[in-house]
Amino acid sequence: MNFPENLLYASSHEWAQVSGTEATVGITEYAQSELGDIIFVELPSAGKKVEAGKPFGSIEAVKTVSDLYAPFSGEITAVNEKLKDEPELINKDCYGGGWIVKIKISDMSAKDKLLPAKVYRESIAH
Amino acid sequence: MATTTVTKKTPFYDKHVAAGAKMAEFAGYWMPIRYDGDIAEHQRVRTNVGVFDVSHMGEFYVTGDGALDFLQQVTVNDVSKLAVYQAQYSAMCKPDGGIVDDLIVYRYPDKFMLVVNASNMEKDFNWLQSNCPKNVKLENASDRIALLAVQGPNALAVVQSLTKVNVPAIKFYWFAEGELDGVSMTISRTGYTGERGYELYFDEKYADQIWNAVMRAGEKFNIGLAGLGARDTLRLEMKYCLYGNDIDETTHPLEAGLGWITKLNKGEFLGKDVMVKAKAEGLKRKLIGIEVEGKIPARHGYDVLKNGKIIGQVTSGTFSPSLQKAIAMAYVETPYAEKGTALTVNARGRELSAKVIPTPFHNGDPSKD
Repeated sequence: MNFPENLLYASSHEWAQVSGTEATVGITEYAQSELGDIIFVELPSAGKKVEAGKPFGSIEAVKTVSDLYAPFSGEITAVNEKLKDEPELINKDCYGGGWIVKIKISDMSAKDKLLPAKVYRESIAH
Repeated sequence: MATTTVTKKTPFYDKHVAAGAKMAEFAGYWMPIRYDGDIAEHQRVRTNVGVFDVSHMGEFYVTGDGALDFLQQVTVNDVSKLAVYQAQYSAMCKPDGGIVDDLIVYRYPDKFMLVVNASNMEKDFNWLQSNCPKNVKLENASDRIALLAVQGPNALAVVQSLTKVNVPAIKFYWFAEGELDGVSMTISRTGYTGERGYELYFDEKYADQIWNAVMRAGEKFNIGLAGLGARDTLRLEMKYCLYGNDIDETTHPLEAGLGWITKLNKGEFLGKDVMVKAKAEGLKRKLIGIEVEGKIPARHGYDVLKNGKIIGQVTSGTFSPSLQKAIAMAYVETPYAEKGTALTVNARGRELSAKVIPTPFHNGDPSKD
């Protein structure tokens, strides 16, 4: 499985790409493969405040439903509107077209709790 | 006594891994959940042909002079109606009507075979043993038997290309014994998908050979694999019950919509008195089919409400790949079981609008020749 080196990973299987004070957030290849075919993504609206480690939305797959956890505290600045019609983008391209939200980070210290690719990979290898 | 918790492998385990399956523990076995995707596998079975490894299912042989009478006593369907080479969907109940398991009863010339859920195998065997008279012998053959389900509109052509048995002559819920790719087996016109299909029971030592033969024979149809994920959405579209979700020891067959297999006039059997009484008094709840507005499925355990009052629970639910909408099965109090009744479902705090609709959800007929 692919876990790009330039991303940070949460143990709850989200990834974050930090650029300045903004993080783009999605779910990992492992997460999409565990969920299977995704049929609906419940997204917050822009402007909503989120808290690191707390749910900010959910993903409905054919077989199961799973919460999305915010890797950082802050404010939602953008949501991937394409997911409304094409939630399967997360299955097809979880690090690209299947990104989920962007967060304006209010507290950068949460970064220390996120894992580099190598550690995340080891954590899911059982 | 300590129980072992080692997860077992079916004889096709290596095949699944080689095919890239996502494997998970299910009912004590490592089983393939999906290969190339739940929806793709579902559509494969609906439109073409798919292969399931269901070797985790339990097979018990019942022999002896008292076998028929014994099975009449422990199952709800009328075993005396079974001809040799005919099969019957049935259930075993406790004296209080609670369902021990649902199963298929096969009548061979010299024995009966019961096919039970893997998750209940040990419980079922002990239950049967404890009710078994001296003139009946029970044998658990599960570990010796491999079971492949070949399901879908092209299943007939695939199976026929490997055997001299006259496959179209096998009617729905009948079976034949014969050779397929030179291996003796039971070819059964049964399945859990709602499509025409066949289940192949054979000695597990031929597992690799038969798997390869079926996949090769299916090449020209672009045959593919299907996992437990697709199996669940396929059965749900047909409103087939899944033990542990829709039925268990707290539900009886009549409220589960299994009145059609429950023969209250056949004579005595375990659970009969309770069911006769329940029928006379009127059922308090019923297992019904609902469709849910929007794309969020109702799932197992969600409450069903009418005017803010909880009147039932969802037992199984998914997004139906065939119907492209969220469907579910639920127990609701009888007054709310009428088709067309508007209900709501509490999906983790979100209220979903739902409606009771006719079932099966999917308009298919696996018995059609």
